[in-house]
Amino acid sequence: MKPIVTIENVSKRYRLGGLHPGYLTFRGMISGALGRVAFKRREDDEEGAAGESRRDFWALRDINLDVGPGELIGIIGQNGAGKSTLLKILSRVTKPTTGRVAMYGRVGSLLEVGTGFHAELSGRENVFLSGAILGMRRAEIARKFDEIVAFSELEKFIDTPVKRYSSGMYVRLAFSVAAHLEPEILIMDEVLAVGDAAFQQKCLDKMHAIRQHGRTIFFVSHSMPAVTRLCRRVILLHEGRIVSEGEPQAVVNDYLSASWNIAAVREWLNGTDAPGNDVVRLARVRVLDASGAPSTAFDIRRPVRVEITYDVLAGGHVLTPHVEFHNEDDVYAFSSHDTGEEWRRTPRAPGRYSSVITIPGNTLSEGTLRAQVSVMSHVPRTILHAQARNVVAFQVIDSQQGDSARGDYIGPIPGVVRPLLAWETRLDGDNAATRPPGQ
Amino acid sequence: MDSHTSEPIASPHHAVAAAPVTHAPPPSQTNADDDGDRAYLALPDRPLIRIESEEMGVQFAFSDLWSYRELLYFLTWRDIKVRYRQTALGAAWAIIQPLATMLLFTLIFNRLAGFDTGRVPYPLFAYTGLLIWTFFSNAVTNGTNSLINNTNLITKVYFPRAFIPAAAVAAGLVDLTIASLILVGLVAYYGITPTWSIALVPVFLLLSMLLALAVGMLISALTVKYRDLRHALPFLIQSWMLASPVIYPANRVPGGWRHLLALNPLTGIIEGFRAALFGGEFDPVATLVGVTVTLALLAGSFYLFRRIEDTFADII
Repeated sequence: MKPIVTIENVSKRYRLGGLHPGYLTFRGMISGALGRVAFKRREDDEEGAAGESRRDFWALRDINLDVGPGELIGIIGQNGAGKSTLLKILSRVTKPTTGRVAMYGRVGSLLEVGTGFHAELSGRENVFLSGAILGMRRAEIARKFDEIVAFSELEKFIDTPVKRYSSGMYVRLAFSVAAHLEPEILIMDEVLAVGDAAFQQKCLDKMHAIRQHGRTIFFVSHSMPAVTRLCRRVILLHEGRIVSEGEPQAVVNDYLSASWNIAAVREWLNGTDAPGNDVVRLARVRVLDASGAPSTAFDIRRPVRVEITYDVLAGGHVLTPHVEFHNEDDVYAFSSHDTGEEWRRTPRAPGRYSSVITIPGNTLSEGTLRAQVSVMSHVPRTILHAQARNVVAFQVIDSQQGDSARGDYIGPIPGVVRPLLAWETRLDGDNAATRPPGQ
Repeated sequence: MDSHTSEPIASPHHAVAAAPVTHAPPPSQTNADDDGDRAYLALPDRPLIRIESEEMGVQFAFSDLWSYRELLYFLTWRDIKVRYRQTALGAAWAIIQPLATMLLFTLIFNRLAGFDTGRVPYPLFAYTGLLIWTFFSNAVTNGTNSLINNTNLITKVYFPRAFIPAAAVAAGLVDLTIASLILVGLVAYYGITPTWSIALVPVFLLLSMLLALAVGMLISALTVKYRDLRHALPFLIQSWMLASPVIYPANRVPGGWRHLLALNPLTGIIEGFRAALFGGEFDPVATLVGVTVTLALLAGSFYLFRRIEDTFADII
């Protein structure tokens, strides 16, 4: 299909340091000029044969991308990877240094919440002002005004200056305006990371609706669950380049393994590098699915197994393997250690051991977990023999089949665990029994 | 999905330096996704928006100015609305400012220094000069700071940046209108009978607006890069007032200096405004200079503004 957005060889260079620090003064220019004369030789050497100044910083490098109509394309990457620069170029806030972009539709950009809001103006006035700045016509805003206010649920406060709003109210009104934009191409930066859960749900529904009208959305987010849930295609930026592209789960996994430099398997081939002491040394840690194959992506309904393989070098110690899990927000999710009878109080003989922990399906929340493994002794006293942080990581992917803890609800569910628990509801009598007397 | 997990430690970035990893789309829909009833838009044959690189030079998208015209209205409306928010006297300031200055100047220059303004009474003379001058200096001052005060807009959303200083200038028109009503009252009070030349009054008001726009755009764009101008501006404005026939008549200026004074476009505008209003004689040279310099400055500052407009978001 013919793309609605074509990005060709787009690069963006920023100059750092003394040349364009963004805030120049005449004094700065003068001292800069003097400095250049005085240190001319050295600077020439620094620039070298490539002719490229060391002060140049390429925020984007050779970006090529075709996006079809109706696509919701996710853009992920670490801070400084170039996500914001790409959005700024697509929104025409800044120009690319090289390359070109063609867009076959109107563009609306939401790079922040409340673009164009003025604190002194009332909610009503800001709806019009912000709407116009985001590219709506006056007649269009007037037509949608009631709908916008209803969406924000701020009918009572619409004539109050927004400086008297709570931050939550402010965000709601701002997003409501933005949600009623109708460009063919919408560019969004982390707008979903605001508001309470119920309002976030409304926003997600709105995004779905926008997309169903065949509109194209560029969506930058740090929320991997949101990206995997919403997008059909994701690009991963790293140091200004597209390093991975395609199916959301696979790209998210690339991102996770790149950002923490960890994957489903960690192996120490050379004994001297391996974490450990004279008693225990780690050999390998793996995340396995039910069939025993390493994996980084798990359906939320399926079990996750973490296997620790270690060499016991000196016999006679009682050893306890231990795993702890942190999520992507660095929240300590939970930990577990081996309480099985077989080795609990039995000193180990030298040799290679493997210990496996199984986390049942329908236990974890969606998102990423990183594992830290250790082997310790608790008897006669606690000794930490071997420990490795962030050795493996995996992604728990939500299911919307209706048989997970999610049921039929499709919004965000907070919490580090999401067990599927038994519920029983019984009817304690018909309405006649609970009705107040006299009716 | 397992294929790229087989290599433990190495991240995909080290493995592929140049070409991105490409993952095929999912065979089945894992996301809640109902493509079925999606209405695809008919795409135009030619792109609506072309983004060219900095290397391609300056493009003048005049059509953009037109398609965003409503935004100019909204930005002006915002500046007007915000100006007198939380002030006790509100728009009365538009009257107080020139009127109080007129009384002060009348006391000092007319009563104490004994300036002679011919058949036009000094208070009226001073007020007409101050009417234009107050509008002009406020417009230039607000215009100069306008881009920096709207950093959040410039770095977040696209629209023709020229509208920001333009709105700051246009917002001053409300004050100008209010102050003009007082002028009508003063003219009646002093019993001045207008002649046919009063038809030229709007022309000189328009010229003062264009000049304010030209100067406001020029200085605001330069201020984005050189913040020094914010500190230099009050001095510049003060000097400009002294170099304009606001409080003294141009014909009181000695010969050689008068030619120098005529180079100031405001000289022709203010003197022309008075001549139109009071039915006096036009100075053809000063008027011609005023018109020519104003239009040339407007074209020049628009060109310069457009040239550096694309970099505002990067350097502001």
